[in-house]
Amino acid sequence: MAVIAGRPNRGALLPRRLAAVTDSRVGSLAVYVIRRVLWMIPIVFFVIVITFVLMHSAQGSPWDKAGGRQLSQVVVDNLNKKYGLDKPVFFQFLLYIWNVLHFDFGLSYQYQGKSVVQLIAEGWPYTATIGTLAFALIVPLGIGLGVLAALRQNTRVDYATMGFATFAASFPNFVIGSLMIVLFSVLMYHWTQGAFFLPAGGWGVDSHLIMPAITLALLPIAYTARLTRASTLETLRQDYIRTAWAKGLTERLVVIRHVLKNSLIPVVTTLGPTFAFLITGSVIVETVFSIPGIGRAFVVAVTSRDYPMILGTTVLFSVVIAVANLVVDILYVFIDPRVRLT
Amino acid sequence: MAIPVAASEPAAIDWEVSEHQIGLWQDAWTRFRRNRLALVGLAIVVFLVVVALISPLLVRLHILADPIYQQLVSIETGPGVNGHVMGTDILGRDTLSRLMIGSQVSLTVGLLVQGIIFPIGLAIGLASGYFGGRIDNLLMRFTDIWYAFPDLLFVLVVVSVWRVQGPWYIQLIPIFGAIALVNWVGLARLVRGQVLSIKEKEYIEAARSSGSSPLKLILKHLLPNSLGPIIVTLTFGIPNAIFLEAVLSFLGVGIQPPQPTWGQMVADGTEAIYANPSGVVFPALAIGFTLLAFSFIGDGLRDALDPRMKR
Repeated sequence: MAVIAGRPNRGALLPRRLAAVTDSRVGSLAVYVIRRVLWMIPIVFFVIVITFVLMHSAQGSPWDKAGGRQLSQVVVDNLNKKYGLDKPVFFQFLLYIWNVLHFDFGLSYQYQGKSVVQLIAEGWPYTATIGTLAFALIVPLGIGLGVLAALRQNTRVDYATMGFATFAASFPNFVIGSLMIVLFSVLMYHWTQGAFFLPAGGWGVDSHLIMPAITLALLPIAYTARLTRASTLETLRQDYIRTAWAKGLTERLVVIRHVLKNSLIPVVTTLGPTFAFLITGSVIVETVFSIPGIGRAFVVAVTSRDYPMILGTTVLFSVVIAVANLVVDILYVFIDPRVRLT
Repeated sequence: MAIPVAASEPAAIDWEVSEHQIGLWQDAWTRFRRNRLALVGLAIVVFLVVVALISPLLVRLHILADPIYQQLVSIETGPGVNGHVMGTDILGRDTLSRLMIGSQVSLTVGLLVQGIIFPIGLAIGLASGYFGGRIDNLLMRFTDIWYAFPDLLFVLVVVSVWRVQGPWYIQLIPIFGAIALVNWVGLARLVRGQVLSIKEKEYIEAARSSGSSPLKLILKHLLPNSLGPIIVTLTFGIPNAIFLEAVLSFLGVGIQPPQPTWGQMVADGTEAIYANPSGVVFPALAIGFTLLAFSFIGDGLRDALDPRMKR
């Protein structure tokens, strides 16, 4: 657990009055949160640096149209001037950082006249809807299947659940998405003579949401189920569970009050990585199902070398992931009273 | 993490060493062999390697259709039409042949990337774990930054920036670089953890007090004892690398045509999914089952190399 181990105790470096604050539980949590939030600044900064350096090490200019007609030098010069590409790279970098501090991520090259912030704001509702739906599937299904498999260990239920989890974890989501389109949109249409089928892509009706949400959720469900199963098996072997059985509690009480409460603690830590999964997953799922969200916008930006858009979305994604990890780490303290942050 | 070298002997004091000793690797192989799924995975992978190696020969001998030859009478046909076992794609090219040739790309990426990651991750992880201090601090801070960067996004950005023209194995170079760049950190962290836990063991103490040089200590004691988890991590890295390459090809920024790749075939098939769904199904299943095979092998190796993990 990254929370408990591996971090040096900085309390020793603090003045004595502050050290008294950090000794209390709430105080130490506050100090921890502040330090983690401050640590996000260099992380985001370096993400910008790495992406920025990559962008500017590219050969050719963003105005090279593949296969299309080339722009005349005058037009290219004007475009460079408009987007600030005529200035020295280091100056461009400082300007970019300055603008980012003012929530200005620049103008898109691809959709001229639109700013990156505008494009992200346009795509956000789609991505958030699918992500929220997927999350609503992941938590109950992942945990439910995991607990079920553990309680019925080495039975057919267990094998079926873990078999499903292995498949879902191995098949990439664009493969699952494409296969689902074949099954539910194409073949189902043929079989039922058009009476029942799911739309292969797009947006607007509720049925548009079904396949993308399931595709996005399958991999995290598989991981959560596996982890929950392992963690529940571990808990089931503990002495206090034997005690709970011995004092004659019903299965319901033992499972809900004693097993679940303890075995879900490590599962919470996976919620952070799950967030990262949902974000990278949205890139693929939105492409497969033609959903105009941020993930799709990122792919378009990457294929058309829309540098400000690539930078903007990368920064956004890394901030979201860093915040998600922070929230999970803090949540962990509230769930498990044994954890003390240093 | 020490691995028991042989099955534990009964407690009776019998100081004779038995004639037939079982080494670590033989022991692991025995345990691996008992895992049926792992054997299935191994069989699939061996089959794929054979396919990847002989398919160019089969094309040369005209036993297999040319993967880029367009047969205009049979565009978008389903399996079995006009002698195309798996049908043809949008441009009338034989799906079976493209699938077989495409396995070259997936396997090359999966296996070679691990060859790049292994020395880098190992060297940095060993140095960071053994010497600690500043190198260690730097590595940990670096991983903090790297973890904020999702794999796929980074690889996409790198590949969109650095594109190389030429035959497919030349085009693979930036893809190799990008995948290795995002994956060595995980291995380095693992090696570091291994070294940290083994460093304090008695046998290391013994070796050090009898005057082993740091280099010898690392190479002869630390490395062999942490090899099990490293091998398992590398094995699980193979499907991950194959997945990343397939996604790149699927999104159109990976290997460029005419060299067929599985990801590209899924994307091409999607364009004509209503006319011929099998064009999507075959490459999609090929990717899925290849990844499944490698993760079966990974599971088997983990159980075989670390007996305490097994339930």
